[in-house]
Amino acid sequence: MAIPTEIPTTFLLGRLDWNAVPQDPIVWAAGVVVAIGGAAVLWMLHKHRLWGWLWREWFTSVDHKKIGIMYIVLALVMFVRGFADALMMRLQQVLAFNGSEGYLNAHHYDQVFTAHGVIMIFFVAMPFVTGLMNYLVPLQIGARDVSFPFLNNLSFWMTVGGAALTMMSLFVGEFAQTGWLAFPPLSGIGYSPYVGVDYYIWGLQIAGVGTTLSGINLLVTIVKMRAPGMTMMRMPIFTWTALCTNVLIVATFPVLTATLVLLTLDRYVGTNFFTNDLGGNAMMYVNLIWIWGHPEVYILILPLFGVYSEVVATFTGKRLFGYASMVYATVCITILSYLVWLHHFFTMGSGASVNSFFGITTMIISVPTGAKIFNWLFTMYRSRIRFELPMMWTIAFMLTFVIGGMTGVLLAVPPADFVLHNSLFLVAHFHNVIIGGVLFGLFAAINYWWPKAFGFRLDVFWGKVSFWFWVVGFWTAFAPLYILGLMGVTRRMRVFDDPGLQIWFGIAAFGAVLIAIGIGAMFVQFGVSIRRRDRLRDETGDPWDGRTLEWATSSPPPDYNFAFTPVSHGLDTWWDMKRHGQTRPKAPYRPIHMPRNTGSGVVIAGLATVCGFALVWYIWWLAVLSFAGLVIGAVLHTFDYARDYHIPAEDIRATEAVRDRQLAAHPLARGA
Amino acid sequence: MSTVHQQAPGDYWDVEPHHHHEGASTSIGFWVYLMSDCLMFAVLFAVFGVLGGSYAAGPGPQDLFDLKLVALNTAFLLLSSITYGFAMLAMVRGNVRGTLGWMAVTLVFGLLFLSIEIYEFQHLIHLGAGPQRSAFLSAFFALVGTHGLHVVFGCLWMVTLMIQVRQRGLTGANRRRLGCLSMFWHFLDVIWIGVFTFVYLMGMVR
Repeated sequence: MAIPTEIPTTFLLGRLDWNAVPQDPIVWAAGVVVAIGGAAVLWMLHKHRLWGWLWREWFTSVDHKKIGIMYIVLALVMFVRGFADALMMRLQQVLAFNGSEGYLNAHHYDQVFTAHGVIMIFFVAMPFVTGLMNYLVPLQIGARDVSFPFLNNLSFWMTVGGAALTMMSLFVGEFAQTGWLAFPPLSGIGYSPYVGVDYYIWGLQIAGVGTTLSGINLLVTIVKMRAPGMTMMRMPIFTWTALCTNVLIVATFPVLTATLVLLTLDRYVGTNFFTNDLGGNAMMYVNLIWIWGHPEVYILILPLFGVYSEVVATFTGKRLFGYASMVYATVCITILSYLVWLHHFFTMGSGASVNSFFGITTMIISVPTGAKIFNWLFTMYRSRIRFELPMMWTIAFMLTFVIGGMTGVLLAVPPADFVLHNSLFLVAHFHNVIIGGVLFGLFAAINYWWPKAFGFRLDVFWGKVSFWFWVVGFWTAFAPLYILGLMGVTRRMRVFDDPGLQIWFGIAAFGAVLIAIGIGAMFVQFGVSIRRRDRLRDETGDPWDGRTLEWATSSPPPDYNFAFTPVSHGLDTWWDMKRHGQTRPKAPYRPIHMPRNTGSGVVIAGLATVCGFALVWYIWWLAVLSFAGLVIGAVLHTFDYARDYHIPAEDIRATEAVRDRQLAAHPLARGA
Repeated sequence: MSTVHQQAPGDYWDVEPHHHHEGASTSIGFWVYLMSDCLMFAVLFAVFGVLGGSYAAGPGPQDLFDLKLVALNTAFLLLSSITYGFAMLAMVRGNVRGTLGWMAVTLVFGLLFLSIEIYEFQHLIHLGAGPQRSAFLSAFFALVGTHGLHVVFGCLWMVTLMIQVRQRGLTGANRRRLGCLSMFWHFLDVIWIGVFTFVYLMGMVR
């Protein structure tokens, strides 16, 4: 298919000109808000002279803990953007009745629902999960960092680059109007001639490199860096789920990369992979992208299953029921997740036998998942449950997720799917499992591990406000979508003819407002907790009477995590240490070998982002230059052989002495 | 809370410094990377499998492929694997000059392979059988081109590493890097055997 020529291009700026600024007051308003907010942040940083600190202590850091926190900050920022998109959709759909067109034109509305999906999956859920794994895995296995600390920093900045490119599309040009998976031929050059799909492609490719690299990194870390004595079947369950997730990342993200490359070739070179003519096959794209896409949802949920397992074991004060079965269930889900992709398009017409195969494999996944639910229930059975915030989120997850799982099994039945395909029932289902599973788990994780990361707990009152608004808001927002879906309302509609539907959209919009209050309460919770941190301080490093090794060190942990290497003799190593009255050694401290910070990651990822931007706009000279710079930068980085240093023993002695004093002030804390 | 102090099964802290052998994770990490790369090729092979017969009334493999040329090309790449093996043997013996010499030979073979591939591509495009002509040709150029791009980066890496070995000798870090490039180079060979069989040979009998 020929590349349309009606968009004027110049050598210097490619397709970029003044028309790239969207002619839309809503976008301008958003732009003004972002500009004011950004200026305020920059001014604060300047005023408090924080630039050097940020650069030295955070941006260039190869410390897995700091990188983990930065991932989660990125996820929270992008979460606000993604949720703003959600509110806009809810408002549009409740207004667009009785001849009203609502307030968003089709071009804008289609970008909003695409951006919402892309951002929530790639730039909220993924960084959140990656950040959590980054922070916790080395601590849980008693390691001092990940296997490849520099790669970790680079992965993070590549993710930031992808997110930045996606955000840029809001103010310069447009975003894709194709839905979050950009199916051709709609995403081909013929039907999407402008820059929207190109932003989508390059945003995901740059972030995808980061995700693949971080998957390899964490996978190798878990395989190679475990503390002595920690056999595979003694690993904390969160580490197990992280292992399976990273196996899935390494096994699926290359498929996404390759698929998007082919779409790119169709758009940029004029090849015929997914076109309608000259032998192209658009359904192949749908197959390929879901071969990545279905494992992706398990990439997101598995680590949260790990979180729930840790939370349940801790707050019931019991060893997790059925640890081995939990591990096997996780592995089963990992394998099965690769065998179900076709259930996303039963209506493609693959025939009864193919559809039956994928329907059955899909239903089988509910078996290991059900085993997990029962394991959590049996752990809780006849225990003295402490209803702290992480536990509350876990209970809410179990109630919500089970229903989402059941509607999923409904959709797995091909004849039922022919009716429900592409309807709001589907939208309700996957929000049911992603919000009820992934997001609730992330909130449980934040409340559970915040004291570890920062040394003080989160405020309980605002946490409960957030919790109740979220849970009630979730059901108010999505129960109506189930009902609408059963009535046959399809997804991604901008205007409606039947006035009888409006009430349901009204309820859903009200639910979204409740969720907004829940999100607001969460940020208030953070603010209040930071202000009252002295009162919420935890000096023991083990505020919840935890079981796994991350609680064996101080909060926040020192750069080197553990002054001495812990040794595992069974499951729940830290619990064992406490039970056996094992105290940590006080001497002899020795220098610790650590990786050095480096700015290479920021530079390389920055050049990749510039290259992506140039390719979006057909600014070829800039694309060539930035790509060459990227390669040269990477090569030059390999000439730096001095990538590590030793923390002197005196520094370790001083740090550990502070820890001794803190523990002495808390005689009840065990394992001191 | 039970504070029963049972007999501990052993020490829970290792006071002796516990050194992770520097770079111990590199080989397995690089293996995992290669497997992920392999999946990317798997997708391209699958795409070729689906589209390999979609000529869109255009030329097919019999019209386009020159098996003799491709056989020569295959020979270059296979030989380059052997010569890289000699470089590794020289490395094990601690022979810097031998390592560099065999790497240079490998590099020459790699560049010869690339020149023939570029000639072949240019020839096809000249015939009007470019990647835009049909889905078959799109899939062909994508698969073979991706392999070629990998060889380009392999050559770049080879040059970089030759400089580094010259500068610093066969240090631990450089031996690790040579090992990784070895895996990468042999991996590209394996992929090429797949390409040669699946695309060229089977294309001729299709």
